[in-house]
Amino acid sequence: MIKAVSPPAAKTSGYRIETRTRASHAVTAVASALVIFLAALPSFAGRGIIEELIFVFYMAALAQCWNLLAGYAGLVSVGQQAFVGLGGYLLFALTIMAGIDPLAAIVLSGVLAAIFAVPTALVVFRLRGAYFAIGTWVVAEVYRLVFAQFRQLGGGTGTSLGPDITNTVFGIDWVKSMFDVRAPAARDIISYWAALALAVGTISLVYFILRSRLGLALGAIRDSEDAAESVGVDNWRVKLTIYVIVAAATGMIGALIYLQTARISPDAAFSVLDWTAYVIVIVVIGGIGTIEGPLLGTIIFYLLQHYLASFGAWYLILLGALAIAVMLYAPKGLWGSVVGRYGLTLFPTRRRLVVQKGALRSYRQEA
Amino acid sequence: MAVWANALIQGILLGGLYALFAAGLSLIFGIMRLVNLAHGDLIVLAAFIILTIATWLGLDPFAAMLAALPIMFVAGFALQHLLLNRTLGRDLLPPLLVTFGLSIIIENGLLELFSADSRRLHGGAIETTSFALGPDVAVGVVQLLTLASAVAVILALNVVFYRTALGRAFRATSDDLEIAQLMGIDHPRIFSLAMGLSFIVLTIAALYLGMHANFDPTIGPQRLLYAFEAVIVGGLGSFWGTLFGGIIIGIAQTIGAQLNPEWQILGGHVAFLAVLVFKPRGLFPRTTD
Amino acid sequence: MALLETRGLTAFYGDFQALYGIDTMLQAGETIAIIGANGAGKSTYLKSIAGLIRGAADSVRFEGAPIGATSAAEIMKRGIALVPEGRRLFPSLCVEENLLVGRYGREAPGPWSLGRIYELFPGIKTRRNSASTTLSGGEQQMVAIGRALISNPRVLLCDEISLGLAPIVVRALYEALRHIKAAGTSMILVEQDIAQAIKVSDRIYCFQEGRLSLSGRPSELSREQIHLAYFGT
Repeated sequence: MIKAVSPPAAKTSGYRIETRTRASHAVTAVASALVIFLAALPSFAGRGIIEELIFVFYMAALAQCWNLLAGYAGLVSVGQQAFVGLGGYLLFALTIMAGIDPLAAIVLSGVLAAIFAVPTALVVFRLRGAYFAIGTWVVAEVYRLVFAQFRQLGGGTGTSLGPDITNTVFGIDWVKSMFDVRAPAARDIISYWAALALAVGTISLVYFILRSRLGLALGAIRDSEDAAESVGVDNWRVKLTIYVIVAAATGMIGALIYLQTARISPDAAFSVLDWTAYVIVIVVIGGIGTIEGPLLGTIIFYLLQHYLASFGAWYLILLGALAIAVMLYAPKGLWGSVVGRYGLTLFPTRRRLVVQKGALRSYRQEA
Repeated sequence: MAVWANALIQGILLGGLYALFAAGLSLIFGIMRLVNLAHGDLIVLAAFIILTIATWLGLDPFAAMLAALPIMFVAGFALQHLLLNRTLGRDLLPPLLVTFGLSIIIENGLLELFSADSRRLHGGAIETTSFALGPDVAVGVVQLLTLASAVAVILALNVVFYRTALGRAFRATSDDLEIAQLMGIDHPRIFSLAMGLSFIVLTIAALYLGMHANFDPTIGPQRLLYAFEAVIVGGLGSFWGTLFGGIIIGIAQTIGAQLNPEWQILGGHVAFLAVLVFKPRGLFPRTTD
Repeated sequence: MALLETRGLTAFYGDFQALYGIDTMLQAGETIAIIGANGAGKSTYLKSIAGLIRGAADSVRFEGAPIGATSAAEIMKRGIALVPEGRRLFPSLCVEENLLVGRYGREAPGPWSLGRIYELFPGIKTRRNSASTTLSGGEQQMVAIGRALISNPRVLLCDEISLGLAPIVVRALYEALRHIKAAGTSMILVEQDIAQAIKVSDRIYCFQEGRLSLSGRPSELSREQIHLAYFGT
């Protein structure tokens, strides 16, 4: 395995490995302030804004997940709807059949999705590259067809979460009295916080994974699979780890989405368009293989959706054409083009060698 | 016993249709390692083109399909020449995402042009003609014709690949792109020809898709998955393998449907996953990719 | 006018410059040898001529026309064929198909045909239907030469055809090159086996770290001169 890059002589010889940049310290401060602001938003924003932002948050979270999978681990999946749908159905099963609190069920759905992901990976990992992509799609179809068989969960037509469940979610009474709202609005506020937490959580997760040993291994694999193997990276295990982590996060997001909509059906929950195609468009437009890209992509996608979704089929044709155009003319996406030109980065994950004053001179003398 | 025999026979015949779906995909896989995510939607597009020609010119579907062939060949050649050749390289993402985008565009374009209504290609008398193989087993003429066409297409592809200079160029390009250029093989043109050929095959598939059952603009992705399963089950790089792969998926579906009508599609998927687990290189592997 | 000429030929792999302004000339009917140590840029030179590496149009001229920026497929069609280093036969084609695919882009009249190539290399005729991967290294090299020859090129480029082969096999291959030369084909041989290359060549060029370090007729060059140009010390 890879050893952490910190030679004992590092301090004395004047070299450090750094990932942070000065700009990133400022970004950390701004981001923290933004998160606090967003958390406090329900106290003065209307319900419409809250509902729109829930959508933005979970799409941003899904985009981060797919980006980690495809952009960093090279696992181009078009079957992530498997885990969105799975998370949604697990939430319904856990709350309806086991009577678990919805918020706890979101977390539990993530854990269970990770457990489901292991055997799934053992099958789809037998396919490589583009074949892997379609293989994941087949698996998502299997999930859809299997969940359509459960009569207790509404079979092929689906089922709803009753108010007895959605209105008893943890903390709802406190929200009702605190913000002086009725149950449906209070439910939205709780979903909003959960969505915010998931969005911030997935961004942090990706950031910390990339800065960990796992991230170093991913970088090595991205540069060259064979070379990574030769320095002791177990490609298969690294990819499996990422796949399972992403499945857990995606499952939690799916659970939240269907807690919010309170209605689930196999066709919607396992929709390749809603949970994979849109997400891919977001990541590609924003910039694959960066943390900032999917965030930028989410904002662009939200605006497109907001202003153009009423055009129906034409809107989708536009999205498809946009994805193709970006892939042909700016394959690194909008953010990638910005970084390419200005070297700007908000979430520094690259390791830079910092040479302290005098270090070069002593190196030359030694040489 | 007869119901199972019937399921088996119907499955083999259905497999002919899936082999037709798969042959064009297999061809493209083989030559340029391109996975065309729009393949299913292109089959549906071809079915609508056949339907339009048949309606406008008052032709029967077979004649309309023949008329569509040159149009589709040119369309395939142009698609590869103008768009897909620009995406080929070491990175697997561009071709995948471009064909995925294409799939969305085709599906929604068809929805806009033809609405979501179900259509069918009507072949007249042969549609309802069938003959009995036994007391409980009857075989439709359209179904038989589908399987026969699949075998004919596979035979023809084998002749092209293994008996012609173009076929040698296809295989040489697939083996070693750099050295192929040293043979005077203009690989972008070879790729475009291959895509044109793939479009011819998928247009033949579209004829039978439209005569077998109703179709609408949204059914493309499912056909892509069946085609993909047939290719993987058969083993990459072998056209006969693709035919048998299609038949295995067909049989798995009819047996699934025999067990429970809701399990038809699931049956095919389960067979595919089982092959992936136990024989990941397919049942009739040829190349080592 | 020279049949093939390079003038100020440069080549890069990313930031790394492999060739620094190479001037060479090949007359019709002539055979020249390019010698030099590993990494001297010999293979890069051949790839630049064959179009696998493209540069400035003017840096390579063939029959007076600039081809430095022309595609490999087009260059082959005009009559320059390369026998690549490491033979690189097509594994999914049998021996005969490997030969036949060699005339996909060009079928010019000339001394070479399938039958004549089998006469030149009788050993591979008996293996004509075998998978090319089952052949010995020497047999594979024969197929690779035949594959390049079957289109009747005006210039045959050979990249290290003796690499990894037993001396007796190398002698047989060079005997075949004499026949090819006698039939009128011009050749550029890249070799590390200097002794073999010099014997069939009219002139030699020596490369050192991407630059031309020596050129001349074998009879006019001393061993010491070649040694110095080759190793640089």
